[in-house]
Amino acid sequence: MTAGRIRFWAQPVAVLLIVGGVLAWVFGGELTATEKSTLNATSLLTALRDHLAMTVVVTAIVVVVAVPAGIVATRPWARFLAPVFLAVANVGQAAPALGVLVLWFLITGASGGLWVAALPLAFYSLLPVLRNTIVGIQQVDPSLVDAGRGIGMSASGVLWRVEFPLATPLILAGLRTSLVLAVGTATFGLFVNAGGFGLLIDTGYKLSLTKVLVTGSALAAGLALLVDWAGAVIEQRFGPKGVV
Amino acid sequence: MAEKGIEIRLDHVTKRYAGQKAAAVDDFSMVVPAGEIVVFVGPSGCGKTTTMRMINRLIEPTSGTITIGGEDALRIDPDDLRRRVGYAIQQAGLFPHFTVAQNIGIVPGLLGWAKKKTSDRVDEMMDLVGLDPGEFAGRFPRQLSGGQQQRVGVARALAADPPVLLMDEPFGAVDPITRGHLQDELLRLQNELHKTIVFVTHDFDEAVKLGDRIAVLGDRSTILQYDTPDAILANPADDTVAGFVGAGASLKALTLMRVRDVELGQAVTARSDAAPSTVDLGDEKWLLVLDQRDRPSRWVQLNELRRVTSLAGAGRPVQDSVTLQSTLRDALEAIVNEGGRAVVTGGRGEYVGTVDLATVTDVVQQRRANS
Repeated sequence: MTAGRIRFWAQPVAVLLIVGGVLAWVFGGELTATEKSTLNATSLLTALRDHLAMTVVVTAIVVVVAVPAGIVATRPWARFLAPVFLAVANVGQAAPALGVLVLWFLITGASGGLWVAALPLAFYSLLPVLRNTIVGIQQVDPSLVDAGRGIGMSASGVLWRVEFPLATPLILAGLRTSLVLAVGTATFGLFVNAGGFGLLIDTGYKLSLTKVLVTGSALAAGLALLVDWAGAVIEQRFGPKGVV
Repeated sequence: MAEKGIEIRLDHVTKRYAGQKAAAVDDFSMVVPAGEIVVFVGPSGCGKTTTMRMINRLIEPTSGTITIGGEDALRIDPDDLRRRVGYAIQQAGLFPHFTVAQNIGIVPGLLGWAKKKTSDRVDEMMDLVGLDPGEFAGRFPRQLSGGQQQRVGVARALAADPPVLLMDEPFGAVDPITRGHLQDELLRLQNELHKTIVFVTHDFDEAVKLGDRIAVLGDRSTILQYDTPDAILANPADDTVAGFVGAGASLKALTLMRVRDVELGQAVTARSDAAPSTVDLGDEKWLLVLDQRDRPSRWVQLNELRRVTSLAGAGRPVQDSVTLQSTLRDALEAIVNEGGRAVVTGGRGEYVGTVDLATVTDVVQQRRANS
């Protein structure tokens, strides 16, 4: 195994060890009745499902909004939009995630749930993908665009066959950052009835149940690390060939 | 390889950018004859590239007309136009995430050729520019040297067999030796293909070497002189052109002439197995010894000839020779190396004559007298 491969597998292995260790500790000893009501397979899987659902939906919204917006902002006829888009996304990221989340909850007057959590969290996670899409396309060598047009590729042909593929490494790096932001901020989902590991952390804290608190924290951290690793896998798998 | 070059005609073409007082290209008119290489040469920023890019409408002219093979280029859809006009640029502009074969196959793909036809064509193009398809087809551009990348760039430009080729300093980014090779290859290709080529460079020597005609351009792409290299070297239109031609115009002119174009001298020759006593040098002071296949091998001086019993190892070897295809500049080099006279060989390396310093200086003086 090369050093690169060892580094590649170190992250998921560490996650498994930590999460496994915590779970072994928690379920190895006696649990009180209150603890049992939270620390059982059903509620843990529900928390995991809710947490993942928020992460996936948030990331999907980010990709669907930020990539096209980033592409539009690099077209010659819409270049003036780039600073506007970036300013909006900057506001999203600069504002505290919890604040945006709760404000959105209050404004919409909804009863909560996945979608109430996903929209503000997506707003919060938008910037990395948007910025990297814009920068990624802008850093493509202009002489390649010129060559493409010069041999008769249409503007959209150059975009999809040259500019976008060459921008994918940066876009995927942005996506990885957004994923990590999404999985991290999804712990706030409990405040708008969207569940997730935040629920365990909150319960454990309020009722002084250390085991519940630790389990929730360890699972949230472990999931974030796994998602980050998945992002790395995607980066390797879908980057353009021949470039690096 | 079917499509030969067609004529390009630019008529009162002007490019004016918004907000700029002076036109970038001012009232440019020129006929680029079918099947010829026309080189636009001029200082940086003179508008030569802008002028060339208006031919395939990467830049739209503000006014004027451009026809390619009699067809109004401004009425053709720009993308269609560009698929019919080859385009090669500095540093090749190859797509780094496409393999060599994919890069070359782009335009055939855009034109909707069948896969098989495209891949055959790609192999043919790679052979044409001297890259083995088996070895290079699957490589990415960054796995090639600069010279190889330029070859791929030329192959890509030629892939759809366009009658017209636009080349924007295509050899500007490679080392001088590689550039020389690429230039030779372009001339070899052009001998086979007879495309109409518009070639932009700021290197006058390159222009002299490649151009059937040279357009020396000044500010705002004004044509200072448009003529054959020979005529421009012999007779620059004005001081600016003369400055651009630079020092050593006579030497540069020698690169335009071939040894086959001048009258060759003859040395006294003998086969290496001939007896030295049978050789009659007459007024000559040197004997040229040929091997069994009539290839020049040694020079033997008069007084040494009297002493030796065999010609095989006598005298000194012939070190530098030229062929009938060599330029007079190469011949001059060989003459200097050989000390006054260079041997000229034919296609199989056989002796055909000699060329000496007087011949070369006569040619230079004749050109002066003519112009």
